[in-house]
Amino acid sequence: MSETDTRRGNPGVNVARPHDSAHKHVSGSARYVDDLPEPRELLHAYARLAERAHARINRLDVSAVDGGGVAAVVTPEGLGTTNDIGPVFPGDQVFADGEVLFYGQPLFAVAAGSIDAARRAAMRAEVDYEDLPAILDVDAALDADADLLAPKRWRRGEPEAAIEAAPHHLEGRTYVGGQEHFYLEGQVAMAVPQEDGDMLVYSSTQHPSEVQHLVAKVLGLPDHAVTVETRRMGGAFGGKETQGAQIAVIAALLAQRTGRPVKYRLDRDDDMTMTGKRHDLRIDYRVGFDDDGRIRGITFMQAVRCGYAPDLSHSVSDRAMYHADNAYFLENVEITSRRLRTNTVSNTAFRGFGGPQGMVGMEHVIEEIARELGLDPLAVRRRNLYGVDERNITPYGMTVEDNILPELLGELETSSEYARRREAVRAYNAASPWLKKGIAVTPVKFGISFTAKHLNQAGALVLVYQDGSVQLNHGGTEMGQGLHIKVAQVVAEVFGIDLERVRITATHTGKVPNTSPTAASSGSDLNGAAAYNAATKIVDRLLPVIRDHFDVSTDAAITFRDNAVYAGGRELASFAEVVRLAYFRRVQLSAAGFYATPKLQINEDGTGRPFYYFAYGAACSEVVVDTLTGEYRVTRVDILHDVGRSLNPAIDMGQIEGGFIQGMGWLTTEELWWDEHGRLMTHAPSTYKIPACSDLPADFRARIYERGENVEEALYRSKAVGEPPLMLAISVLHALKDAVASAADYRVAAPLHAPATPEAVLMAVQAVRGTVGAGVAAAQPEVAG
Amino acid sequence: MTDSVRFLFGHEMRELRDVDPTRTVLQWLREDQYATGTKEGCAEGDCGACTVVLGEPDGEGGMRYRAVNACILFVPVLDGRQLLTVEHLAGADGAMHPVQRAMVDHHGSQCGFCTPGFVMSLFALYLEGGRPDRQRINDTLAGNLCRCTGYRPIVDAALAMHDYPWDDPVRARAAGTAERLTALRRTDTLALAWQGRRYFAPVSADGLARVLGEHPDATLLAGGTDVGLWVTKRHMDLDTVVHVGDVAELHGIHEDADGVAIGAAVTHGEALDVLGRRFPDFGELLRRFASVQIRNSGTLGGNIANGSPIGDSMPVLIALGARLTLNGPDGRREMPIEDYFIDYGRQDRRPGEFVERVWIPALGGDEHFRCYKISKRFDQDISAVCAAFRLRLSDGRVVAIRTGFGGVAATPRRAPRTERELTGAAWDEAGVRRGEAALAAELTPITDMRASREYRRLVAAQLLHKFYIETTDPQARTRVLAEEAAS
Repeated sequence: MSETDTRRGNPGVNVARPHDSAHKHVSGSARYVDDLPEPRELLHAYARLAERAHARINRLDVSAVDGGGVAAVVTPEGLGTTNDIGPVFPGDQVFADGEVLFYGQPLFAVAAGSIDAARRAAMRAEVDYEDLPAILDVDAALDADADLLAPKRWRRGEPEAAIEAAPHHLEGRTYVGGQEHFYLEGQVAMAVPQEDGDMLVYSSTQHPSEVQHLVAKVLGLPDHAVTVETRRMGGAFGGKETQGAQIAVIAALLAQRTGRPVKYRLDRDDDMTMTGKRHDLRIDYRVGFDDDGRIRGITFMQAVRCGYAPDLSHSVSDRAMYHADNAYFLENVEITSRRLRTNTVSNTAFRGFGGPQGMVGMEHVIEEIARELGLDPLAVRRRNLYGVDERNITPYGMTVEDNILPELLGELETSSEYARRREAVRAYNAASPWLKKGIAVTPVKFGISFTAKHLNQAGALVLVYQDGSVQLNHGGTEMGQGLHIKVAQVVAEVFGIDLERVRITATHTGKVPNTSPTAASSGSDLNGAAAYNAATKIVDRLLPVIRDHFDVSTDAAITFRDNAVYAGGRELASFAEVVRLAYFRRVQLSAAGFYATPKLQINEDGTGRPFYYFAYGAACSEVVVDTLTGEYRVTRVDILHDVGRSLNPAIDMGQIEGGFIQGMGWLTTEELWWDEHGRLMTHAPSTYKIPACSDLPADFRARIYERGENVEEALYRSKAVGEPPLMLAISVLHALKDAVASAADYRVAAPLHAPATPEAVLMAVQAVRGTVGAGVAAAQPEVAG
Repeated sequence: MTDSVRFLFGHEMRELRDVDPTRTVLQWLREDQYATGTKEGCAEGDCGACTVVLGEPDGEGGMRYRAVNACILFVPVLDGRQLLTVEHLAGADGAMHPVQRAMVDHHGSQCGFCTPGFVMSLFALYLEGGRPDRQRINDTLAGNLCRCTGYRPIVDAALAMHDYPWDDPVRARAAGTAERLTALRRTDTLALAWQGRRYFAPVSADGLARVLGEHPDATLLAGGTDVGLWVTKRHMDLDTVVHVGDVAELHGIHEDADGVAIGAAVTHGEALDVLGRRFPDFGELLRRFASVQIRNSGTLGGNIANGSPIGDSMPVLIALGARLTLNGPDGRREMPIEDYFIDYGRQDRRPGEFVERVWIPALGGDEHFRCYKISKRFDQDISAVCAAFRLRLSDGRVVAIRTGFGGVAATPRRAPRTERELTGAAWDEAGVRRGEAALAAELTPITDMRASREYRRLVAAQLLHKFYIETTDPQARTRVLAEEAAS
């Protein structure tokens, strides 16, 4: 689109716009799958879940299920095609087949006239289990060498020798908890049989193409016989990247059996029990460092709980390795990744996709170094940051080309008044025996691109109608992140028309095929660029028409702005008139656009240049902790985050703030707890505690880094924003550690792991005081002193 | 007897006759009315996506509105009330309500699924009038979970919602609405039958006694914040339900110098004022008890009657020395509240009996009272440990102490050995230490998803210590919430 200059008074991009569905959200008229008008003869599905973590199924008798309006029962024996719905590697199953692999695994499914009827019928089946030994956590899996996928190792330099040669060394271990997505809209799909055995599926999914493919595979149909539509999701966060497929497959199977439409909607408890979560990790490390805290050599062993099957665990584990450095140069380094099998749900994508866990491991080490040396952790962080022109190659061989962190951190340090407040915290703690404050700054560097290279592609379909209105289709899905409005802004910008002239539509596999999941923060980078490509194709077709009709010479620039077309400042015609003109000249007014991310190069072992660019940010958090109970409040947070040149600052701010709070929940109150039978007991909001309104810090100052500009030619120099802000919340964990460490005069690092529940905090307080179990009595001398 | 449920849906009169009495309002809205703006997020009253507003005559010619969770509210409870959902907010010309406009202008929605619930909670707050501060907004929204925004833009919308000019049609029509509903007021028992299920809602204590005489094993329903979950979560069939919420005699709050008596059908929300005034710490605990929606439905009587080991109000009532009155076929009986809790899931309630009221003695001027709720999340969480202490001192010695604990045994309970250890002893460091040791020895907590037994035992002991600090050093900083407010 070399010829047109689209900068204008009412720009499409770089401007705050409300979410395209905001007026529908607030009025309750935005439709989610369960809100769609129900087709005639609709059936409801229910899947019976296993009540063992690991067992042989000696008998599954569904003969008692029939009756009471039951239209169909589908068991694994009855599938006829395949029971496997692994997205990359085989292993993830529709139903347990002869052997239960986790507590809550679906055994079979029933369709009946109501959910209640289907549930009651399913509960009538008889299941005889024979218990088998179950592996329920990462420690047990490591002990059993239960590798689900092959371990992976990267190595640079001589880490062991460097550690030995360094003046100081430490070794240790930390645990990082998993996380439930808790999208407010549970998993749901509605399958509607079509002519010729085709199937139309309305699915709450981030990946319509994969749902299409897996439904086709299990139903024994070619992909072209299955169509998937996704208008919007009520939240996803990675939890609907692969997990929607099983729901859609079960609905479609029952629809195929009965010839009737079937809806399958999980209630909250079943959803939390049977769908995957963020991977929890154990991270072991050894590190050697200088007197000033600079790391000389380091080794990490990341033990990843994959669950019973691979799902996306290989890529998640890879990303944990890619972010084991966070923002720091590790010259001599070894990172080992163990991908472990447990008899728990198959873990899956979750905002950050392993990256956050890797970073928590790195920041834990920084904290340990700082306490060992009696230094301010921020000073240790600064000393280890990647350089701008040197010390800038990651453990996987990619050069960090645009390191803005030294500058960004400096700006945050000033704006948050870190130095002054740190002293104030110290003074407060000296005078307060029971309540202790803590403060911490942590940086974020997050790699942007799918590390499965082929996924870095996108398609779009832009349709211009004769009245100049535009319909926009692309492969990305809307889960609340504001993707659709951003992509519409791009199209409005290219055509120079009002945003209201661009109609956003449901994502539909019949319009844009072979799409990638809307994931890896890539939604607007990829789909926006594909839509840009489609729209510019149309502009390029309009230009000759305009030149010819209005007799504009080839050296005069033609501009699309303000719903009109200009040449040299002269308005030629409205956009609609130009479109009509082109139509009568038999010029095609629709175009399919495509985009593939450039510059990526990934070696067999994952090294190379897996990322197009990095997104950066930093946060400063302050907390106050009750050392008698472990309760705490996050009192102030300052955030500075880089989104390049923001496509839509309002939407981006929503991602920054929302991501931070979600990350804070992950590291603080959100605890997944299984009982000794491997049953998840935190399977509803009554027991699983995501942040509530009052957890929003009373003083919350999030800012977009104004100098941000992508050095790469990404869409209008913007940067991805979906995932990176989540990791800003690591500052909260470290502020808590700072407060706990104060209870022993900062002489020892707080043995505080994530999630830092009040219990974990209190136990860490007890531990740093060296008085576990002794209660207040033994703590008193320390406190009084 | 009345055999149909009559209520206003928006401003439209509805009468339901053939209805499953345990059908939830949410199911009725979504499945029968195709009013899909109200969402199901959890079906247990914890996420707020199903928030609707209930209106009832305030007795002074106007209307009183409150936000409730439709997901655990049974349809017959609508009888005589007005039900407002997100579909009812727009003005006559379709204009958005200020709450809705503020939410759009402040980017308060992302995925939008929780949004109707937030809008309804804020709508109820809007109807209360007065510009809310941050604390009031936090309290109002504690029962609405948003996973996308991080709440900041929603809080900003709430702060701004009164900036929009608006003549609220719901408020404008309140007098007429009250008149229509008053005309529906029953003087007899609502009795429904549906496929073998029965539902009774008497309006007087006599009526209640009569119904229970005929159905002594009926499930007693008050606010439904527990019983509702038996249906939505445990999928139980409740054959006979008796709703006590319309019984006039159970609604009173009576105060005098000796104490305060609270009727069993008084909601937590209604009790909060008087309890908060008399026992500030109890008020603070009730503010953090569940959510506005739950407190607007759930009753103190119900919380006691069902005897959960982790119900927040019981330890407080035990420590305060509350007495419970039950009424039944054999007349009234009264007992110290702690005697009501026999064992896990077992209470001293005989067939046909119902909890009538709880009486809480006043504090003497020389008495100290504190209570503490420890939970993973500050707001709207079930406590891991709840502790309450009532203490009378004289010359630095303990004249009397009563304790109440939740989450440390199969029932809410006192700690008698600890009380004995402390009584008569000096209220000093050494004395309280001995109390802490006794406490750790006599509590029998378990490990579950909320906390480990070790933590529960340790925290219970340290809460006694905190009580000691707060009663001996008023300057000591001991509350993180106060510190948060100060910073």
